Amino acid sequence: MKLAVTVNEKAHEHEVEPRLLLVHYLREVLGLTGTHVGCETTLCGACTVLLDGVPVKACTVLAIQADGAKVVTIEGLEKDGVLDAMQQGFWECHGLQCGFCTPGMILAARDLLDRNPHPTEDQVRGGLDGNLCRCTGYQHIVDAVLHAAKKRGASAAPAPSPAATAAPGAGRHA
Amino acid sequence: MSAAREPYVGRRVKRTEDPRLIRGLAHYVDDLRFADLLHVSIVRSMYAHARIVSLDLAAARSAAGVVDVVTVEDLDRARIGDVPCAASMAGMKTPAHRPLARGKVRFVGEPVAAIVATSAYAARDAVDLVSFEFDPLDAAVDLEKALAPGSPLVHEELGTNKAFEWSVASGDLDAVFKSAAKVLTQRIVHQRLIPCPMEPRGCVAQYLPGERQLTLWTSTQIPHLVRTALAAVLGLAENRVRVVAPEVGGGFGAKLNFYAEEILLSVLAMRLGPRPVKWIATRREDFAATIHGRGQLGMIEGAADAEGRLLGIRYRSIQDLGAYPQLLAPAIPTLTGLMLPGCYKVGAMRMDLTGVYTNKMSTDAYRGAGRPEATYQIERLIDLVADELKLDPVEVRRRNFPAASEFPFKTASGLTYDSGDYRRAMDKALALAGYEKLRAEQQSARLEGRLLGVGVSSYVEICALGPSAALAAGGWESATVRIEPSGKVTVLTGASPHGQGQETSFAQLAADFLGTDLDDVIVKHGDTAEVQYGIGTFGSRATAVGGTALWHALGRVVEKAKRLAAHLLGAASAEAVGFEGGVFVANGKTLTLAELATAAHHAKSLPEGFEPGLQATYAFEPKNFTFPFGTHVCVVEVDRNTGDVRIVRYVAVDDCGRVLNPLLVDGQVHGGIVQALGQALFEEAVYDEGGQLVTGTFMDYALPRAHDCPRFETDRTETPTDVNPLGVKGVGEAGTIGATPAIVNAVVDALEPFGVRHVDMPLRPEKIWRLIQAGGKA
Repeated sequence: MKLAVTVNEKAHEHEVEPRLLLVHYLREVLGLTGTHVGCETTLCGACTVLLDGVPVKACTVLAIQADGAKVVTIEGLEKDGVLDAMQQGFWECHGLQCGFCTPGMILAARDLLDRNPHPTEDQVRGGLDGNLCRCTGYQHIVDAVLHAAKKRGASAAPAPSPAATAAPGAGRHA
Repeated sequence: MSAAREPYVGRRVKRTEDPRLIRGLAHYVDDLRFADLLHVSIVRSMYAHARIVSLDLAAARSAAGVVDVVTVEDLDRARIGDVPCAASMAGMKTPAHRPLARGKVRFVGEPVAAIVATSAYAARDAVDLVSFEFDPLDAAVDLEKALAPGSPLVHEELGTNKAFEWSVASGDLDAVFKSAAKVLTQRIVHQRLIPCPMEPRGCVAQYLPGERQLTLWTSTQIPHLVRTALAAVLGLAENRVRVVAPEVGGGFGAKLNFYAEEILLSVLAMRLGPRPVKWIATRREDFAATIHGRGQLGMIEGAADAEGRLLGIRYRSIQDLGAYPQLLAPAIPTLTGLMLPGCYKVGAMRMDLTGVYTNKMSTDAYRGAGRPEATYQIERLIDLVADELKLDPVEVRRRNFPAASEFPFKTASGLTYDSGDYRRAMDKALALAGYEKLRAEQQSARLEGRLLGVGVSSYVEICALGPSAALAAGGWESATVRIEPSGKVTVLTGASPHGQGQETSFAQLAADFLGTDLDDVIVKHGDTAEVQYGIGTFGSRATAVGGTALWHALGRVVEKAKRLAAHLLGAASAEAVGFEGGVFVANGKTLTLAELATAAHHAKSLPEGFEPGLQATYAFEPKNFTFPFGTHVCVVEVDRNTGDVRIVRYVAVDDCGRVLNPLLVDGQVHGGIVQALGQALFEEAVYDEGGQLVTGTFMDYALPRAHDCPRFETDRTETPTDVNPLGVKGVGEAGTIGATPAIVNAVVDALEPFGVRHVDMPLRPEKIWRLIQAGGKA
């Protein structure tokens, strides 16, 4: 099948098998190996990418479902050599150890802040429930997200979205 | 470089590893790119125990894209050896462990055949084309039943499922138990756990027939040991084998091993070379066929006097080895025996251990490896004593601690604890938690009908493994410091970090020692072609043993540099040369490290007998283990309507000796506690009666998620050790060892109004709810 997709602001066209998973398209066809496969069952979140701005687990999305869409992966966050606030937060706060869950965690956390720019700690924890980390015990990840929220708030303060008042767990995306 | 800069060591330096990881630019095994890559999919047993009647691979062989298919007959023909166990016990019955099953399968997930194809999808498709006939057999699953007469035998040729017996004892236990005011007995279950590093196992192998060189890229904690083992199994000269641990996505002991797949991929690479072959475990494969942890069942008995002093401990236990003894499996429960007395003065002890084969995946080292079991039961026992004597559990601990002045402290199990001040760590934790206030809050909560519980755990662990006498392959570690001609510093460590952050902490050490910037140092590890032989990263050893090797290598390189500096600056001897902030000084003249390195390499003017270049290697052999310790306090509230356990507060005071980077130590402590939290509350590898793995996905095996965890309140004490000149003890496993009993003790304390004295992990709501219901009726 013919697939036309924009990944990290770059347009691509490929002939793909209908069954090809989005995560395999990104990794094997485009060589974007920052998106990791941790469970192939939507449960761990290591493969989280943004599909038209919405976080999805790329291990259970077909590549062809991204036809005509815009995809953002971890490789697309750094702009002109400047790290995204969330990447910076993870670095500053030691939000990663082995780093395998990190790309998915960072994309999920960015989405969380997009929907709720000033989350409480509980809201951060609830919002990250779709992403597993086995190393950090999550505390430094939570710190990283709060750090990024502060940094983002300092540079721009978008109006709170309805999700800003959502209860912990509302950010869960399975 | 200014001499006045603040040292890097001791500071919360952010990691040098992170820029590649947070940008998605790191290379885990699956991210490495190879031309002409072939993909491997493995046919595995879906039975726990069955005879293989027939295996028809014809359809798979002729499927589109399939290049090769191998079974155990191919391995036999190529004289490929068994998957080895390096920790055999005296008198142990050891079965043959073929990398592919022969005649019989013995656990769900056991590899039966391997299929190679031009794409991962084609290889996976071909697995479905394999038709086989199995004759299912009854499975040995339950540990006690597996040891009973008439049990199905995992290995008929051994005539029994009992693999070995082992004991450790000291003191007159019978007399102690006879004279004791109280004897407490408790059956203890250390449930099977599944380590679940976020990166599943995987490897790529390539054989270059011209160069006769095999390379295995594998997600491992021990690349050098894998290389030695692999060469032996394949019958290759070790110097023709290179093993590379690239970026490794977590290990926790699961990758402190040597697996059938590492052999299989190497065999396939040698059949198909120079084309590389790749296998990456699916999560389901990783659940079924990567080692599990714990799996110990025992009866703990404690003898105490009327004041709550522990007089003796007896522990009889069974260790579930699974179907085959993996690399270190039999040795793991012996660590339980060595650490049985915990941080207490105990006059007499005895542990009798039986290792048993079952139709399940092998167990082996999982974070803590034998010590969480020891800590869990001694800390439960202390609380049982307190409960029996109506004493505060904190007071019972205090009465049994050795005093700080008694260190080095010789334990009943024959170890010598290097240094410690258990009372100070406990007092600090209690103060931080506000223990007295918590007890008052608990009383008023109970009046309101709320179930608040406070649990305390004091632990000591055995770390920095270890003297070579204690480890089959040696327990030392190596480091090389190479000052490049430009003055840049390359550190090669034999340790193999995989998330712990030694690229940063070792660079901190080197930069301070040499007076360079952190950015001038690069720390390399994991590639046996690049790094001198080493042992690896496990047992909280990388900094205490590997960091010490680095410290000595730095000393050597500076010593050498000073000899050259003396020569170039016209000083009488190396001793007359000063070195500070990266600058050598003598006779009022100076040379920078970079200038000296250039001179050492250009070799135009060298002192008599001076070898050109500027590098040094050191292999450090520790004289003892180290024994970090601490006290954790956990506060829980149990919902009496649902049985749900909520951790309200968690305080941890750990003493891991000197801290090189507090940020990294905090991270290790948090992560360790959460793995213990997982064991205490959620995690359990469940096999049904037929030996089917019921918890084979993240849907069924519950890892802690962010909202399950509290914010940890951490602090430290720092008691120096003389085991190594850095004074570091190790911290990778502390949280996992200290936290399970703190959580369980808190929940048992919360349930005290119902007469509950013990609950087996995991403390899932249903179990707690049933206890509350039963207690309520009683």
